[in-house]
Amino acid sequence: MDRPRFRPHAGKITVDNMIENKDLREEEFLINMGPQHPSTHGVLRLILKMEGEFIRDLTPYVGYLHRSIEKIAENRTYNQFMPFTDRIDYCASMPSNLAWATAVEKLAAIEVPERAEYLRVIMVELNRIASHLIWLGTMSLDLGAVTPFLYAFREREWILDLFEMTCGQRLTYHYIRIGGVARDIPVEFEKSCRAFIKDFRRRVDDYEAILTENPIFLGRTKDIGILPLDLAKDLGASGPTIRGSNYGWDIRKVEPYSVYDRFDFQIPIGANGDVWDRYMVRIEEFRQSCKIIEQALDGLPEGDTVRSKLPTVLRPPAGEVFSRIEAPRGEMGYYIVSNGDKKPFRVKIRTASYGNLQCLRPTSIGLKIADLVAIFGSLDVILPEVDR
Amino acid sequence: MLEFDKVMLELYGFLAAWCAARSIPLIWLDLTVMIIAGLIMIGVLSLAALFLVWWERKVSAHLQDRLGPMRTGTHGVLQTLADGIKLLQKEDIVPSAADKRVYFWAPVVAFVAAYLAYIVIPFGKGLIARDLNIGILYIIAITSFTVISLLMAGWASNNKYALLGGMRSAAQIVSYEVPLTISVLGAVMLAGSLSMVDIVEAQGPYFWKWYWLPQILGFGIYFISATAEANRTPFDLPEAEQELVAGFNVEYSGMKFAMFFLAEFVNMFTISAIATTLFLGGWQPPLPGLAFIPSWIWFMGKTLFLVFVLMWFRWTYPRLRVDQLMNFAWKFLLPLAFLNLILTGLGVYFFG
Repeated sequence: MDRPRFRPHAGKITVDNMIENKDLREEEFLINMGPQHPSTHGVLRLILKMEGEFIRDLTPYVGYLHRSIEKIAENRTYNQFMPFTDRIDYCASMPSNLAWATAVEKLAAIEVPERAEYLRVIMVELNRIASHLIWLGTMSLDLGAVTPFLYAFREREWILDLFEMTCGQRLTYHYIRIGGVARDIPVEFEKSCRAFIKDFRRRVDDYEAILTENPIFLGRTKDIGILPLDLAKDLGASGPTIRGSNYGWDIRKVEPYSVYDRFDFQIPIGANGDVWDRYMVRIEEFRQSCKIIEQALDGLPEGDTVRSKLPTVLRPPAGEVFSRIEAPRGEMGYYIVSNGDKKPFRVKIRTASYGNLQCLRPTSIGLKIADLVAIFGSLDVILPEVDR
Repeated sequence: MLEFDKVMLELYGFLAAWCAARSIPLIWLDLTVMIIAGLIMIGVLSLAALFLVWWERKVSAHLQDRLGPMRTGTHGVLQTLADGIKLLQKEDIVPSAADKRVYFWAPVVAFVAAYLAYIVIPFGKGLIARDLNIGILYIIAITSFTVISLLMAGWASNNKYALLGGMRSAAQIVSYEVPLTISVLGAVMLAGSLSMVDIVEAQGPYFWKWYWLPQILGFGIYFISATAEANRTPFDLPEAEQELVAGFNVEYSGMKFAMFFLAEFVNMFTISAIATTLFLGGWQPPLPGLAFIPSWIWFMGKTLFLVFVLMWFRWTYPRLRVDQLMNFAWKFLLPLAFLNLILTGLGVYFFG
């Protein structure tokens, strides 16, 4: 017996037919969400098993953006690979650059000039703000609020201008290099950056005014997609996703790299691990990043060298290294195996989005499709980072 | 100055005399007048919808720190026209598995239902197509047609997103119909009539005597429910872009899509016009001294202000979830609407 499948108009619809029609019954059905869908933030594909509005099961399919970046690394010298790291997380290229640079520096024991370290911190924190702004915009868009999206992109524009005056690029910066940074900041950078921080503090309050206490927003985010801490740890979540679940795991504090141990800042954590907590963690990180940038600007050492002298072709000693940093989306690490050649023997990239994406399924089963969108927005997954 | 009521009556009297002189039955004149009036109405409303689309884009743009359309005409006033021409040229795609007849008629039903409501809306003193003695009842009946069109579109597209959107719209509009109708009853009780003209005239030319003050609760409930009826944010679930891509109209393209789109904007204008009529004194000026400004300008001004408020809602609020939407209608708005009805009844009994 072949059972009738989900066909909304199987047969002619007449009253007689409807009364006698055995097809007329409730049934679970599959929905293919993505890879082209407004709220899958790129090319995630979800197969949803739905019962009306409720999600009974879901399977994420990844790999639509796979570019074999790890394999490419094996065929490039250490310096040549740097531009590829821009493309791992194109919303936050600076941290990706920094992660590769610190890993290679650890492998080859390269000293970095102090001024370069401070510049790195400034750039990475600015990029964290820019990346979180994209998150804020897209998440509010996912919840149906269009206006914060444009506000967020308006502020991001200023950061991109700052980056442009520093390195000439607006998206894939390739600014942080092995042994330092590409070039010194222009003279007008500091003034503009301070003005931005001053302005941005006020803007964050504006975002909070439009979203945080809004009853509709609260209804859509409070107690939705609760991610228990044990589960978050098991799934390898990191960054604001795990910090939302009441766990102060931040590489900047637990394993300080660069010059982060010299700055005074807090790690915001959430209480329940719901969408609202993850939202609040990121909003608070805006303020903390502003604080770090101000301190870094104040303490920026004078000097001309922003990049240490390195051999033209870098040949780190044989060995292996794992180095990680706190990227905007969480922990980003590079595992490099070197055999003493000018190219790495093997590179493995640990990205935060992969672990965070795994939290989607357990948190959203049993909820509605609108909640799925909210949860996915709050996890802040970026697909090129998942697929690499 | 530019009042039409006298002019219209004089014109009609002149034409009737003209017909009588040539022994033409008056029914032909009436028919001709009705057809011409209908065409004028459709023309004016379509222009109004085109204007509203442009206005919505400008309002949203300025709320969002942008400029919006600027290239076509001064500040982009011709943008909607350009978009309409573009949509006319688009291929009319019908999914191969769609139920073709239902698919075809859905936008037509939406369009016609949206326009039919205007028969009983008094645009100004004497500017009403037909003063039905059950005007408000007629409007409530006609605006419910929207749900049929959305359900038809969602079902006939043979697309799961469209189906979900159609189901959502059915649940939503039917639910919000109830508090909407009950909130309207308050104004009807105060005026003692279902006719739109009577309701307007009962309010008088003093803004503190309009029904928004005694019916402040009813006005709020009406406006919220009407926002939901018109599928506007924060109640735009049937076409929630981020969840259902475009909901019921996901498969529609070209002119059919444009018809849904125009119907949505006409609906937005309708609910504002009804709110103006019932609660803001319709075409009456706020003070008798301001009567030198034509009544239809007052009506349009109030209606467009309410339309602006709707746009303001849309570009400020996030979207509700399905169950929250239902809870809001049945557990919050409906009891409030009943309370309003009881209070109004007591008020009318003791003070009326």
